[in-house]
Amino acid sequence: MAVSEFDVRHVAQLARLAIDPARLPSLVQELNGILGHMEALGAVETSPETGDGRLETTAAGLRSDEGPPIPLAAARETFAPQMADGFFLVPRLATHEDLGSRSP
Amino acid sequence: MSLSARETADGVRSGQRTTRSVVEEVFRRADEVGAGKDGLNIVLHEDREASLREADLRDGKSGASYLVNPNARPLKGVPVYVKDNIATTTLRTTCGSRILADYVSPYDATVVARLRKAGALIVGKTNMDEFAMGSSTENSAYGPTKNPIDPTRVPGGSSGGSAAAVASGMVRIALGSETGGSVRQPASFCGIVGVKPTYGRVSRYGLVAFASSLDQVGVFGRTVDDAALGLQAIAGPDPRDATSSPIEPQAYHAAQHDSLEGLVIGRPREYFPDSLDPRIRDICDQAIERLKSLGAEVCDVSLPHTSLAIPVYYIVAPAEASSNLARFDGVRYGLRLSGDGLEGMYEATRSNGFGPEVTRRILLGTYVLSAGYYDAYYRKAMAIRGLIRRDFEQVFAAGVHVLLTPTAPTTAFKLGAISDPYEMYMSDIFTATANLAGIPGMSVPAGAVEGLPVGVQFLASHFDEYRMFVAAYALERAIAGGAV
Amino acid sequence: MVVGLEVHVHLLTKTKLFCPCSTEFGATPNANTCPVCLALPGALPVLNEAAVRLAARAAYALGCTVHEDSVFARKNYFYPDLPKGYQISQFDRPLATDGRLALEDGADEARSVRIHRVHMEEDAGKSVHDRYAGSTAIDLNRSGTPLIEIVSEPDLRSAADAGAFLRRLKQILEYTEVSDANMEEGSLRVDANISTRGPGASTLGTKTEIKNMNSFSGVERALEVEFARQCALLERGERVVQQTMLWDAGSGTVRPARSKEESHDYRYFPEPDLPPLRLTREWLASVRTDLPELPAARRQRFVESFSLPAYDADVLTATRDLADYFEAVVASGAEAKVAANWVMGEVLARLKDAGIGIRELAARPAQLGVLLAMVRDGAVSHSAAKAIFAQMAKTGEDPAVIADREGLRQVGDDSQLSAWIDGVLAAHPDEAGRFLAGEKKLQGVLVGMVMKASGGKADPKKVNQLLAGRVAT
Ligand SMILES: [Mg+2]
Ligand SMILES: [Zn+2]
Repeated sequence: MAVSEFDVRHVAQLARLAIDPARLPSLVQELNGILGHMEALGAVETSPETGDGRLETTAAGLRSDEGPPIPLAAARETFAPQMADGFFLVPRLATHEDLGSRSP
Repeated sequence: MSLSARETADGVRSGQRTTRSVVEEVFRRADEVGAGKDGLNIVLHEDREASLREADLRDGKSGASYLVNPNARPLKGVPVYVKDNIATTTLRTTCGSRILADYVSPYDATVVARLRKAGALIVGKTNMDEFAMGSSTENSAYGPTKNPIDPTRVPGGSSGGSAAAVASGMVRIALGSETGGSVRQPASFCGIVGVKPTYGRVSRYGLVAFASSLDQVGVFGRTVDDAALGLQAIAGPDPRDATSSPIEPQAYHAAQHDSLEGLVIGRPREYFPDSLDPRIRDICDQAIERLKSLGAEVCDVSLPHTSLAIPVYYIVAPAEASSNLARFDGVRYGLRLSGDGLEGMYEATRSNGFGPEVTRRILLGTYVLSAGYYDAYYRKAMAIRGLIRRDFEQVFAAGVHVLLTPTAPTTAFKLGAISDPYEMYMSDIFTATANLAGIPGMSVPAGAVEGLPVGVQFLASHFDEYRMFVAAYALERAIAGGAV
Repeated sequence: MVVGLEVHVHLLTKTKLFCPCSTEFGATPNANTCPVCLALPGALPVLNEAAVRLAARAAYALGCTVHEDSVFARKNYFYPDLPKGYQISQFDRPLATDGRLALEDGADEARSVRIHRVHMEEDAGKSVHDRYAGSTAIDLNRSGTPLIEIVSEPDLRSAADAGAFLRRLKQILEYTEVSDANMEEGSLRVDANISTRGPGASTLGTKTEIKNMNSFSGVERALEVEFARQCALLERGERVVQQTMLWDAGSGTVRPARSKEESHDYRYFPEPDLPPLRLTREWLASVRTDLPELPAARRQRFVESFSLPAYDADVLTATRDLADYFEAVVASGAEAKVAANWVMGEVLARLKDAGIGIRELAARPAQLGVLLAMVRDGAVSHSAAKAIFAQMAKTGEDPAVIADREGLRQVGDDSQLSAWIDGVLAAHPDEAGRFLAGEKKLQGVLVGMVMKASGGKADPKKVNQLLAGRVAT
């Protein structure tokens, strides 16, 4: 299962990373180098009863439906790149008319 | 810092020392060793004036809490450095990354709040591999940290700054974090104690996530007792972390016993391969002899899936990281660089904000989760992770209390010596298993090879840090006493 | 037409799914946000038990199996109103599966729709595109609001059935107090998958997904329009392309969403920040026993216990509050059909005129019960009762108080009635003579005259009796 330049470009697009074309061949090589070591896993017998690898936790992990909200020690404006009237601003989405105010 | 954490707290509490004098000593020592950017490059952020003001404030109302409850401030006046991926409201939290260069968290991590409550002062934030991805602290956007014992060498990583802060005598306690050995391996490289608690023992709330199912805050101490006090202060359930355990922590500082009668120590053969540096093997075997002489029973055990830990780790950790690091998108905080529209902004911000190792792991993690590859990589790796955990469970169920292994396969290597990513990953070969299994682990200095420290590692069953500390205290004392 | 629906519903919790921020609507932008729902570095989600309870309740109300073990997963994609870069949802281990919703009461399987699954997830924030030049504005107050997603099997065969499904679903969600389920306000959202199958064909055609509807009738219209478009394509021998269509309510048309250059690959994996959700049998049993009577059962009971026509039962059970109101009127002693007529008539008319809900109606059910008893006992006339109710509905005063103050009580006292009758007979000797001589058809005319003379207060029944008595003597 060798990674191709196409795969790396596709994955980079999914991850919103721009890859310098000059760097692409070496990245492909590095990723294949790493993934080559993963081949050993394929040879190991696993079955549903060996589990899904998630750690058993004793925690119930539920909270009750009440406040107060977790406070912020500093205003949002102190860490946000761009705000107006309480909104975070980002460059206008090219496809906004298609998606309405709803994310996909 | 010559006084232990316990002595410092006692001294401040009794009025023999002021908090200001303690903090001044930290900064004096930091200047002496060259902790700044041009020197060992240990400290990324500090505000000395603010720290001294805080110290004065504490001194101004000294005694009161002690009179009410002597246990209320176990770290009263104790200065602590904190790894820069742990959120603090008082200093920046950059994670060693350009993408958070100017970020100040509007909330404190639970561990930071607990340290403050215990009376400790956060005197600075320490250098680290970017987003904790690395084993040498060379992957920091702010330059590598150098090992105080030999500045031509790495301190290990990713918590190299915190390890170096303790090793160079600036403080007795520092916080690091572990995803795959990032506290224990630098502790070994720097000749200090490093503890990775059980997954769920310490809250992750405020620890900037690298791989959520593996991450734990860890503690460095000059001595086992320093580490025990530090862990004691931060351990315990937290309603803000759904994976934190309701099991209450034990009193680790009470784990000092004269005899190890009844303690069963396992020596897992997979951690002593033929290829292991014989000098490191000898140090481990010497440690075993010392513990035996104190009454411990030692037996050979096997953890057959050990060799799969690194491949499993380097699928699971990057997969989770690729998702955890999606929030760094330039929208709400951190770096924002413009590009063509929104998509251009995303790409410009992330491509310039993340360094090469982080980029490599995001790509790797995105790949192993993507359609068509999930089953072969992520699902398979998680299933084998279950086998690795089962190996440990079986050994502990068979009556072994603590395992003893080398912490790292090498001593601190030269800066720039390792350029192949996978070769670097192998630095975690003996430590990543504990993160995958969720068990506690600890590195204790046990000797040196060519003047470079070597640590031995203790591993214990889930939530049984206490027995690990029993072995660690005993070994430390035996080595100090010179008895074999 | 083969249709399956995916319905997203806001749960009525006080706080968000994974943080203690308020879910209240209408706060200033980003006021209801915290480290967790802003996805600040280091923040972690903790699951709200009330959300789980509401989700399980909805699932039970839809006849689903609720699983003791379910798993949260991350759905990864970039969007500026999705702060973590992933949505916490459920994927291969949903909370509940295999339910059923009947389109008609007592319907056979053919008239019911299978529910494929019900799972929990968090909502995203809101993007505002038209407020700042060149910028999209992000408000994360909604980010992390608890949702359930209800996915039906493709069992619907007409737009009208889709509408019926949604109305019944909304009713169930309101009855169980799981959600406001208000499409106009965005607390219920519908995506529709539609394909077209030629007569006799057994395999499903290529489907399209329609989004962007904001009312149930909009869903029905959009399905009709898209069905017509697919039919026309197939008739021309062309193929339906699998894509997302957007409904434009203004023009009544659908158009393809601009296809994204990148195919979606959500890279689902189990959410490591949340342990698998493990519900005990006891907990599930308590949710199940706490379920209120569901609309279908209530309709049936109204027909059986109150001998009401199916139509009345349908109207009276439209909302749980209305049905409760009706039952309280009956409980206070009113005859069921009389109470039904009043609630369906005067009460609903008042709600409509005033634009209020039954809870805001000033006249409480026991007061209406008293009024109906007054009518039954002849204390007020039917028409006076309507006038009294009009005032009760506004002021909440007791009917007796209004009747007294406005002089609307019926007079049933024989001597007063006889005096009025005497007066009328004296004033109209011609009609009086003919009536007393046996011309019975004049009785009605005379009753009218007495009523007029009494200013509407005379009890017409008694006036009739007394007049009839005059002839007999
Ligand atoms: Mg959904
Ligand atoms: Zn929140």
